[in-house]
Amino acid sequence: MAVEIKMPALSPTMEEGTLAKWLVKEGDTVSSGDIMAEIETDKATMEFEAVDEGTIAKIMVEAGTDNVKVGTVIALIAEEGEDAASVEAPKAEEKPEAAAEEPAPKDAAGKPEPKETGTAQLADVKPQARDPEVPEGTEMVKVTVREALRDAMAEEMRADPRVFVMGEEVAEYQGAYKVTQGLLEEFGAKRVIDTPITEYGFAGVGTGAAMGGLKPIVEFMTFNFAMQAIDHIINSAAKTNYMSGGQMRCPIVFRGPNGAASRVAAQHSQNYGPWYASVPGLIVIAPYDAADAKGLLKAAIRSEDPVVFLENELMYGRSFEIPKIDDFVLPIGKARIVRPGSDVTIVSYSIGVGVALEAAETLAGEGIEAEVIDLRTLRPLDKATVLESLKKTNRMVVVEEGWPVCSIASEISTIAMEEGFDDLDAPVLRVTNVDVPLPYAANLEKIAIVDATRVVEAVKKVTYTA
Amino acid sequence: MAKTPATRRKSEPAKPNRERPNEPERYKADKDELLELYKRMLLIRRFEEKAGQLYGLGLIGGFCHLYIGQEAVAVGLQSALDHEKDSVITGYRDHGHMLAYGIDPKLIMAELTGREAGISKGKGGSMHMFSTEHKFYGGHGIVGAQVALGTGLAFAHKYNEDGGITLAYFGDGAANQGQVYESFNMAELWKLPIVYVIENNQYAMGTSVNRSSAEDQLYRRGESFRIPGIQVDGMDVLAARGAAEEALAWVRAGKGPIILEMKTYRYRGHSMSDPAKYRSREEVQSVREKSDPIEHAKRELEAAGVTEDELKTLEKEIRKIVNESADFAETTPEPDPSELYTDVLVESY
Repeated sequence: MAVEIKMPALSPTMEEGTLAKWLVKEGDTVSSGDIMAEIETDKATMEFEAVDEGTIAKIMVEAGTDNVKVGTVIALIAEEGEDAASVEAPKAEEKPEAAAEEPAPKDAAGKPEPKETGTAQLADVKPQARDPEVPEGTEMVKVTVREALRDAMAEEMRADPRVFVMGEEVAEYQGAYKVTQGLLEEFGAKRVIDTPITEYGFAGVGTGAAMGGLKPIVEFMTFNFAMQAIDHIINSAAKTNYMSGGQMRCPIVFRGPNGAASRVAAQHSQNYGPWYASVPGLIVIAPYDAADAKGLLKAAIRSEDPVVFLENELMYGRSFEIPKIDDFVLPIGKARIVRPGSDVTIVSYSIGVGVALEAAETLAGEGIEAEVIDLRTLRPLDKATVLESLKKTNRMVVVEEGWPVCSIASEISTIAMEEGFDDLDAPVLRVTNVDVPLPYAANLEKIAIVDATRVVEAVKKVTYTA
Repeated sequence: MAKTPATRRKSEPAKPNRERPNEPERYKADKDELLELYKRMLLIRRFEEKAGQLYGLGLIGGFCHLYIGQEAVAVGLQSALDHEKDSVITGYRDHGHMLAYGIDPKLIMAELTGREAGISKGKGGSMHMFSTEHKFYGGHGIVGAQVALGTGLAFAHKYNEDGGITLAYFGDGAANQGQVYESFNMAELWKLPIVYVIENNQYAMGTSVNRSSAEDQLYRRGESFRIPGIQVDGMDVLAARGAAEEALAWVRAGKGPIILEMKTYRYRGHSMSDPAKYRSREEVQSVREKSDPIEHAKRELEAAGVTEDELKTLEKEIRKIVNESADFAETTPEPDPSELYTDVLVESY
């Protein structure tokens, strides 16, 4: 029985990749550790090693094929004693389709399928209403969130020599998640700085540099690691302007991925939005799509205040339409209605916006028109947009990829109660992750993470249509 | 023992394997220079005594850490700086460093009493004072934070190529914080222009250096990062100045950071609320008698021909400045309630 070599997942979030190059050909013998192919993920080109010994019987996916789904059979290896020439290709339905729309092929032999994780469903891109900040008729281009963030930094670095980027693997490695790709080449080692693994230290160095008049962008590989540095973010960066009576500014951006990634378990899956949003003196931004990522990161870099800019790893590879405008900057502190509706308001931010939009689609099919608000900035919070929508729909659900206790959802609920009580026809409901550390097991992760089904249920409760 | 000022130790290892700074020489001050240093030290002493008094009267609140006994460190080191270019940052025991820089005592005292006219508009208090005009960057309340922040200031000097250096003060207590070593690593890696000053006053709050530090010779703390260190008699203002000259020459030559361990002593408790039961009255008294930095300088001035009358006149002048600052700080108004909401953010969103 020939061994099937399948397209490997080379990162927790990889779903497909490009088979860039075969380094073996049919008839070659391989043993474990031999490099068989080069595979490009959205982040990097990786070498793919053989694990099994034998002869390459068939290459099933040509070099240069894009969008090969993880799990697709890419080659067959004849084991010892097996005649390579007689190895047959798998049956037609198992044949890899390079541009196949369906996910990893079902395995006829009944082998376990790849686990469906709780995070996979989060990052589906759904249509949104046009941002009123973008003039009508503006030409739109498709850009990933990752590219949008990189472009924002590059544009601001071109415009202001005080802006520099520092963090782990931001320069020579091109960014752990490839967000800083190409910046070293354009701006040089003086302005794109690899740090040692020393979050507390480099957060302090960045903050001190901002106090000294520079405009640092400090990248955390993920915000989970920024807990080591939270003292400088809060005690040094956020408070100094106040404590100095307005003398000492700290224009710095702390940015990096935040929230649950895929199957990385409790220590690497946490949403810090509510933590930072509780601190006066900070600006906290958590964009959903590529246009907001770009327009708001540019605004963050220009701000004279310290900004915590929360990205999401699962969104980095997602493409969105983004206006083709020179110097596209968005206002900080303004929410955006990403889907207008009249029956219920669903408030969310970051990756939760996709869940809210998905729920809104389902609800529309049942005759319930949901208005979806993307907060975009968590501090200062755009209360006016939220309350205005509540006035119209009289019902509200808050969707948050994060814990429920002391959350942004809690805050929105309080605002609705304190300032919109007379507009409420039902209690505000929170739809969040389950109140536990995020588990590793795929099935448990899926249960723990917020999903559209629960949003739909909550909307039906508040609209009394359940 | 901790009671006497440091005996000078040789900073070189037995076999130097890389360039080392020279052993600093005691600064040769002329009469006027020494008089100026003396004046600054005396101002700090009298100011701090007055602050202690106002604290006792309930006019100063919260934490208040006095610099009495350590005056030679800030005065000696900062007299060597280029005030146009260099920056200074310190921890919460910051009154002395500001006075050594010539910042108006009225603004400092008014901050201590929490008044609108205070240097931080009354919003910072004793531990959080800044003067960007003087390139004095605080005034930081979290032990050790100023080391990483100071390293960032040095980063900015290098990035801007402005020729400035940073003097970052911290205590023997902060010397055990992890971020200090994260900062050392980056500072040497990137050859940042910074002088790390460890003000070793022998006690981290109530815990002596020996009880808290596996390596109690703190000037050696940079060795594993290839940062050289020099141990200095911090009770001698001219020794401090001489060490600063050597350290500045090293840093300005682009050789990266350097550590100065200033052996000093605080006469008062860690803060106003510390009864200082962890050391004997005799220990404190003995330092006061044998190695007081101000008395030391005074004797040298007398030897240089400054008369007792002149010194008395000077003393009166200083007391007058301090009393005026106290009067001002007691009478100038508290911040307007509307100030509660200002300076949270720079911009409006």
